[in-house]
Amino acid sequence: MKLIINGKTKEYQESLTVQQLLQKLNLSPDRVVVELNRQILSPDIHVKTQLKSEDTIELVQFVGGG
Amino acid sequence: MDQLIIAGRKFKSRLLVGTGKFASNQAMVAAMEHSGSNIVTVALRRVDIDNPDDSLLSHIDPERYFLLPNTSGARDAEEAVRLAHLARAAGCEPWIKLEVTPDPYYLLPDPIETLKAAEILVKDGFVVLPYMPADPVLARHLEEAGTATVMPLGAPIGTNQGVRTRDLIAIIIEQANIPVIVDAGLGAPSHAAEAMEMGAAAVLVNTALADTPDPALMGQAFRKGVEAGREAYLAGLGAQRQQAEASSPLTGFLRNNR
Repeated sequence: MKLIINGKTKEYQESLTVQQLLQKLNLSPDRVVVELNRQILSPDIHVKTQLKSEDTIELVQFVGGG
Repeated sequence: MDQLIIAGRKFKSRLLVGTGKFASNQAMVAAMEHSGSNIVTVALRRVDIDNPDDSLLSHIDPERYFLLPNTSGARDAEEAVRLAHLARAAGCEPWIKLEVTPDPYYLLPDPIETLKAAEILVKDGFVVLPYMPADPVLARHLEEAGTATVMPLGAPIGTNQGVRTRDLIAIIIEQANIPVIVDAGLGAPSHAAEAMEMGAAAVLVNTALADTPDPALMGQAFRKGVEAGREAYLAGLGAQRQQAEASSPLTGFLRNNR
């Protein structure tokens, strides 16, 4: 499965839910916001959202800023 | 108690602090603490998925600071609206410091896209605090669009030049019915005091606190500058005049009148 995550192409052997992807990336769901194909996903549907090849995912978090 | 009120919410401090560019999270927290600020701004960026760093939010006490996300990096209204919604999805209250800065050299806010984004975000239920050029006509338009404040720039972001837009900010303050927060370009406590003396409701400072060997001490200095300026404004500044006016009595000199 090919995913475009934050502009980078990543290959995964197995199929993944959003929750499983975050676990693979060592990201806690309470510190990142997930956008899947330009739609914001609320954390409660991470577990049931199945990713498919060519999905575009944005993972964003708060950083220092003025 | 003279409090800052934005969209009905009360804040003790009239100094908003940005969290960017600090040498360390410890320096950032020290500056925040010593500044006495209640509102801190943050930005939203992509996670570096190959090298995730520790979370900024683990350093900011949500009991003590109101988190105000910005839309920095947005080049047009559409990008700003997208960032605002992402920030809200991150669990923040629906408050947004709206920034639309298409030009990376001067980072000047785009007035047309800022107004466009403000109109959309107000309709979407956000409390909108727009960073804007010091343009009184635009300030009117933003207020009419329903923004909670206007945030005219003193000078371009990060330049430490002070209130270069003084005369225009004075007009904005005179005409606004919402808090005017001077944002960007304030490099010294005297700059912050100047803005507050003019009647600004608050100021936002980031670079001046990050860009010093002692952010804690500078935070404290800005706190005093803001408080001094606010108190001077409330007291009422004396009028400027051309001719000298003696402070000491003009009678009883040790000489005889000729």
